Amino acid sequence: MSIIETRGLKKSFRSRGRLIEAVKGVDIQVQTGGTFGFLGPNGAGKTTTMRMLTTLMRPTGGEGRVAGYDLMRQPELVRQKIGYVGQAGGADGKATARENLILQGRICGLSLAQARERTTTLIGALGLSELADRKVKTYSGGQRRRLDLALGMVHEPALLFLDEPTTGLDPKSRNELWAELRKLQDAGTTIFMTTHYLDEADALCQRLAIMDGGSIVVEGTPAELKRQIMGDTVILGMDTSHTVLHHAQEVLRGQPFVRSLQEERDSGLRLQVEHGEDSLPVILRLMEGAGVPIRTVSLSRPTLDDVFLKQTGRSLYQQQN
Amino acid sequence: MHVLLHTWLLFKHNFIVTVRNPVYVILALFQPICQLILFAPLLESIESAPNFPPGGAYTVFTPGLLVMMGITGALFVGFGFISDMRAGVMERLQVTPVSRFALVLSRSLCDMTMFLAQAAALMVVAWQFGMRPHPLGVLVAVLLFMMVSLFTSSVSYATAFATADENTFSSILNFLIMPILMLSGITLPLALAPLWIRNAARFNPFSYAVDASRALFIGNLTDTSVMLGFVVMALMTVVGMYWAFSSFRRGLA
Repeated sequence: MSIIETRGLKKSFRSRGRLIEAVKGVDIQVQTGGTFGFLGPNGAGKTTTMRMLTTLMRPTGGEGRVAGYDLMRQPELVRQKIGYVGQAGGADGKATARENLILQGRICGLSLAQARERTTTLIGALGLSELADRKVKTYSGGQRRRLDLALGMVHEPALLFLDEPTTGLDPKSRNELWAELRKLQDAGTTIFMTTHYLDEADALCQRLAIMDGGSIVVEGTPAELKRQIMGDTVILGMDTSHTVLHHAQEVLRGQPFVRSLQEERDSGLRLQVEHGEDSLPVILRLMEGAGVPIRTVSLSRPTLDDVFLKQTGRSLYQQQN
Repeated sequence: MHVLLHTWLLFKHNFIVTVRNPVYVILALFQPICQLILFAPLLESIESAPNFPPGGAYTVFTPGLLVMMGITGALFVGFGFISDMRAGVMERLQVTPVSRFALVLSRSLCDMTMFLAQAAALMVVAWQFGMRPHPLGVLVAVLLFMMVSLFTSSVSYATAFATADENTFSSILNFLIMPILMLSGITLPLALAPLWIRNAARFNPFSYAVDASRALFIGNLTDTSVMLGFVVMALMTVVGMYWAFSSFRRGLA
């Protein structure tokens, strides 16, 4: 079942007399369960799309259903079903984590007893016990982010929206937050997140959509997207004498999974193959059978940046730096 | 029902957070107390001037000072709102089913409560200086002061929300504050002013609150200015609240 479904979702603004199309018609289907990632450079329209899906912004065209309710006609009902953690977080720095969480729970419709219980659970689960009664403004970035997450989870929403959840975090806090998100996923929460970190999308998301210039350019699982690119790269280290290399190439060239084959200077052969993890054992057996001793093996996967590069003609990293 | 519950929850939260760090509430008292100590004595020398209202300098001056405190205190609350917007607090609340009206009302009520505490403190100081108001008049005037505060803070929130930027917001306040204060008869009764100033003041809703509260302090409970003050301020409070509420609701989808 789809928990998010949109057709032609659009947002345009008028700025200084010009019409700016921030989102040019987005069609997405997000299935219940797992994490759906929205990847793209700054200004691609990710955040605008998320703001529309979370009822923060009214679309100027198209339609959508989120958590079972119509985005245009039933925004109040959508709000009851979803959790949202914005880029800025939104905890009240002057209050403690416990106060923030209880208030949030009460506003989301929990009774005082339920809100207290849920707060205690979340504080424990997210490792905030020692900080719970300190003012939030004294928290570190990572601690604050965990609280933001707890605030979005207080009413146990089936669908959680995260807008660039780890931007600005140090690597340790980032890993901790990833672990929390995986736990949430395992508990059955559907997560919809935007990110401009490729490794984050790769690590957390079961499905991805890449957005650029206000439209979705490609969608699929991270593995599918990467497979579209060129397959995996295998580098075989071996004796680089002409006869050995020639013999090895003859054996490999006829194999159906080999897409391309070339000599790698000073080390051996470079192959582009489909399904590297399946073909690697086959390659090794073939080499053994042919009497070619293999010294080293490396297998590398295409990255999401390769995908991004192929789809948009630009590297995501180049743009950011 | 939601409105009441949410207003109460948010009010309680804001109230606790403010009271925990009362330094700003106390500092805000400094300016009006200064005026009471440094400015009111000047009034004593013109008490005998023609058109000066009866009742003694402090009884005439204190109601105006209270209205001024209600205005200046509440006019600046928008700054806190802008910093909350920046910290994502508003956005977080927007994605919950929270009542949009409660968002405005809870904040304005909290500001009003702080103002009432300040007003009580100021009246104690004025009493020491010799203010002797009509007891029932003071109680009725407090209702008027509450409306001054509610109206001003709702306007402040609506403006802060529309500008969403501290610099623009403070320019607007600077632009407004002098004409508002000077044309309300807060420092000196407008009865002493030339006709054109008195005419201009008719367009300032706060001047009605000042006139009404002065009449109430000296015990003229049935004075027409009292009725007029209540009608004008009640109307302005409703308009201000509705303005803030509708801009929140529109902006918050």
